[in-house]
Amino acid sequence: MKDFTMDEAQPRLLDQTGMGIIGKPLPRRDGKLKVSGTAPYAADTPHPARMAHGVLVRATIPRGRVAGFDRAGIADIDGVIEIVTDARLSRNPTQGMAGEATVQPGDEVHYHGQPIALVVAETFEAARDAAQRLTVRYETTDPGGVSPDKPKDTEIADPETAGDFDAAWGAAEVKVDLEFTTPSHVSAAMEPHAALAEWDGDRVTLKGSQQMLRFNRNELADSLGIDPSKVRILSPYIGGGFGSKLGIGPEAVAACVAAEKLGRPVRVVMPRQTVFDSVLRRSETRQRVRFGATRDGRITAISHDDTVSNLDGESFAEPTTQASQFLYGADGLSFTQTVARISATPAGSVRAPGEAVGMLAFEAALDELADKLGMDPVDLRLKNLPEKNPMTGQPYSARRLADCLTEGAAAFGWADRGAPGSRREGDWLIGMGVASAARSNMLVKSASRVRLHGAHAVVETDMTDIGTGSYTILGQIAAEMLGLPVDAVEVRLGDTDLPGASGSGGSFGASSAGSSTFLAAKEIRERIAEKLGCAADDLTLNDGIARGGNIEKPLAELVDTEIVAEASIEGGKTAESHFSAGFGAHFAEVAVNEWTGEVRVRRMLGVMAMGRILNEKTARSQAIGGMVWGLGSALTEDMQMDRRDGHVVTRDLANYHVASHLDVPSDMVVTFLEERDDMANPIQSKGIGELGISGAGAAIFNAIAHATGARLHDYPATPDKVIAALEARG
Amino acid sequence: MRSFDFHQSGEIGDAAGALGREAAIIAGGTNLLDLMKIQVMTPERLVDITRLDGLSAIEADGENLRIGALVTNTHLAGDSRIRAGWPLLSRAILAGASAQIRNKATTGGNLLQRTRCPYFYDTSQACNKRAPGTGCAAQGGAGRMLALFGTSPDCLAAHPSDMATALTALQASVEIRAASGEIRTVPMHEFYRGPGDSPDIETVLAPDDIVTAVLLPAPRAGTKQTYRKVRDRASYAFALVSVAAIVKVEDGRIAEASLAYGSIAPHPWMNHAVEEMLVGQAPSDDLFARAGEALTAAPAPHPDTEYKRPLLRRTLIAALREATGLSESAHGVDTARIPA
Repeated sequence: MKDFTMDEAQPRLLDQTGMGIIGKPLPRRDGKLKVSGTAPYAADTPHPARMAHGVLVRATIPRGRVAGFDRAGIADIDGVIEIVTDARLSRNPTQGMAGEATVQPGDEVHYHGQPIALVVAETFEAARDAAQRLTVRYETTDPGGVSPDKPKDTEIADPETAGDFDAAWGAAEVKVDLEFTTPSHVSAAMEPHAALAEWDGDRVTLKGSQQMLRFNRNELADSLGIDPSKVRILSPYIGGGFGSKLGIGPEAVAACVAAEKLGRPVRVVMPRQTVFDSVLRRSETRQRVRFGATRDGRITAISHDDTVSNLDGESFAEPTTQASQFLYGADGLSFTQTVARISATPAGSVRAPGEAVGMLAFEAALDELADKLGMDPVDLRLKNLPEKNPMTGQPYSARRLADCLTEGAAAFGWADRGAPGSRREGDWLIGMGVASAARSNMLVKSASRVRLHGAHAVVETDMTDIGTGSYTILGQIAAEMLGLPVDAVEVRLGDTDLPGASGSGGSFGASSAGSSTFLAAKEIRERIAEKLGCAADDLTLNDGIARGGNIEKPLAELVDTEIVAEASIEGGKTAESHFSAGFGAHFAEVAVNEWTGEVRVRRMLGVMAMGRILNEKTARSQAIGGMVWGLGSALTEDMQMDRRDGHVVTRDLANYHVASHLDVPSDMVVTFLEERDDMANPIQSKGIGELGISGAGAAIFNAIAHATGARLHDYPATPDKVIAALEARG
Repeated sequence: MRSFDFHQSGEIGDAAGALGREAAIIAGGTNLLDLMKIQVMTPERLVDITRLDGLSAIEADGENLRIGALVTNTHLAGDSRIRAGWPLLSRAILAGASAQIRNKATTGGNLLQRTRCPYFYDTSQACNKRAPGTGCAAQGGAGRMLALFGTSPDCLAAHPSDMATALTALQASVEIRAASGEIRTVPMHEFYRGPGDSPDIETVLAPDDIVTAVLLPAPRAGTKQTYRKVRDRASYAFALVSVAAIVKVEDGRIAEASLAYGSIAPHPWMNHAVEEMLVGQAPSDDLFARAGEALTAAPAPHPDTEYKRPLLRRTLIAALREATGLSESAHGVDTARIPA
């Protein structure tokens, strides 16, 4: 195993290899399987003999304890095997990268919707029927607070500051002081959470839908009280995660526990309503944003304070102000977070935790400052880009935000947008909006193995492909490095028996697992150079031929016994010396119906610089997917919870509105600016998917303001809120 | 889903004989099966009527049309006669659900779809409609989709159908076969009943009645028809409010108006005082604003539906402006003129 730490900038080898495979818009390797319904997702894998079906029972009180079950009501259902309760069952999914079990509540109930037992039956239908009809006896206790406006407890963190905010705010010539709200969100991945557990002696194999296997194995082992070496997890295909499958979920633990108790394989699939009830949601937020500036538009004071919620025992708090801390400079900056503790479905990472909702407020508030200054919002942003990260003093590793803003403005026709409220087509008011995009970039420890035999290579890692294109890009990296056509590289993912990768999360998967795959392939290049008797720097590998030191040999001949190389990478000194983030600019044009308050996005443009693009097609899909999320957060998505008992009210996809096809404009353009981030990792790439969402919704919100001349402060901009703003404007 | 008997009928008398309080008719099943999976509906018997003869055609009766109860939403919305003479109906149907659902959903089933109140859908919550006598958890709960008019203390739920709203404005009627074999017709505005103290009973149908057809009267010459649906996203969402408007302008004055409103009451809503205000007047923003005020004068029964008052008022204005030519039809808005 070659261990590498990212301590300094690395040569741009992928610019020298010359195969032209890196960056190429190749279609996904798994595309045909997925569109033909033949990709074996967890619940679809062939059912082992004697497999039983489990359905989770949900608590219908916000707090208390389960005193018992009354089985009389389900006595008539054929095939019910057992109601499994166990001290090892988990309350909710573990938080991302926890690596250990979450709260195991025993017979306690901590929120309405908590899984409290698993009904196991011979058929799924019988198990679901029994889980729904089972009478649960409770002892209820005071939940102490189920709604963020009436929490049982609040925790206020110490402010994070730079400079003297109070002084800068006091002296500012122009100020905005605004409050915004964003509702709770849910990941709403197309594939509901599913698990199939099977024991062989003291070893358990879980076929699950998981994003981060290296962590998930430890979380499952810790939940079950066994050694991680006894746990194998397989997640070759995942139907979307968006953070909801970062941690091991209650369905997986329950499947393992039930399979052990019953001595037979058990499959647990969450019905959609259970996904809403018990999978980690994104917290709602209440945000106060303050900007102080000089009259000529230099920002002098920035403050962004937020209140988010979570269930007690959960360490996660939506990092709302993450991008606010590095986008713009000021003399004084201050950020304070408050966490409200409530007895309700717990919160965790949902796509781009922090930026996804923090930038909705921050970038909309900045537009209100531009209004007050009488400045073009693009110019205001350009004028306030700091030399260095204003909180840490680190230089940016690569930041083309100014180019994104200016090139985007030119391409979008920004200069022709006119005054607010000045464009109309019939009853529709037309407006344009802009917002910066920013998402901090991470490198997470990751390992890969590459095998080369003749002119055929295999990439092996427990990395997952959650619909993002991991199979495809890892194959491209190995093919580029080894001088092979992509078809000559096989990619095996999603198995904890393979080297432990970063997993998919935080948009770090492609760069992290891509780097470990790159390093393993680089190691193979060195071994080939040795065989050829040349220096690694002199080696060229192209179309299956190795050349170096005036020698030329086909790999098929040169590599007659398999070469195996394994490499791992982790972050090092560059993470301290430099600040790495993806940057971009979102532009949106909307039409707002002046009578009904309906908002239609007519076109969107995202201009992004996110380091080396590994596959132009999968990257674009990721960016567009993120922008659609941004559109949903601006206009439609709103997870509602009952103020009396905290239960989730919008428990299906008819009531929780993700953007529909008709909401998404056909004119949706993504432009990538050429960039290499030398400090990020040895392949100079950065995260993509979450940059697409970060700021996109604010551009739409700002466009609504430009169209109507009315400002909204509560997301999403559903017709009720838009007409209220129109009526308030007069 | 609970176990149930499945009775497939080839003859309508046999189907009627299999019906009763614990039975449910299944045709497209697009709403019923979802509700059965989550045990909001737990019929002991399903009576499949999809093999019955004579219920799947759209037939002309002079200038009127008889739409069989099993005619699918897709078939109905696409029928050339409907599109020419009753475009309001076509467009209301196409404003609802998805192509896949419309391919299965039937005319009779659409009329009988259940409310989308989330408390009705959640068996952990009190609901007089689902479980009579248990109470109404929507009172004091999250109530954005609830009704504005025609509610009772026992139930605040709204009827979500776009098609039924259009049929009400079109003054259609429902043809019903009783178990005795007797056929009767009931006008749309008398087909549904308010919740009162028994919100579980939503229509005038007896348990063994079968809806056999919807009867559409001849289109009104010279009218313009508009269906305006406002929802939380551009497609595939239930209406927050909707307005079906059939208006005739003659010599600069409104000569006829027939209006119905969707998703704001336990059934498609009518308010004839509004039509009376309009008829005989010249179309103007001022007139429409007053009509909107009159329509939405009553207070909202739940604080979360207070927004529906201004939204309905403004949507009515938008629909009337379009139907009378004060404003151009907006893109995606459903307006068509019937030749005079």
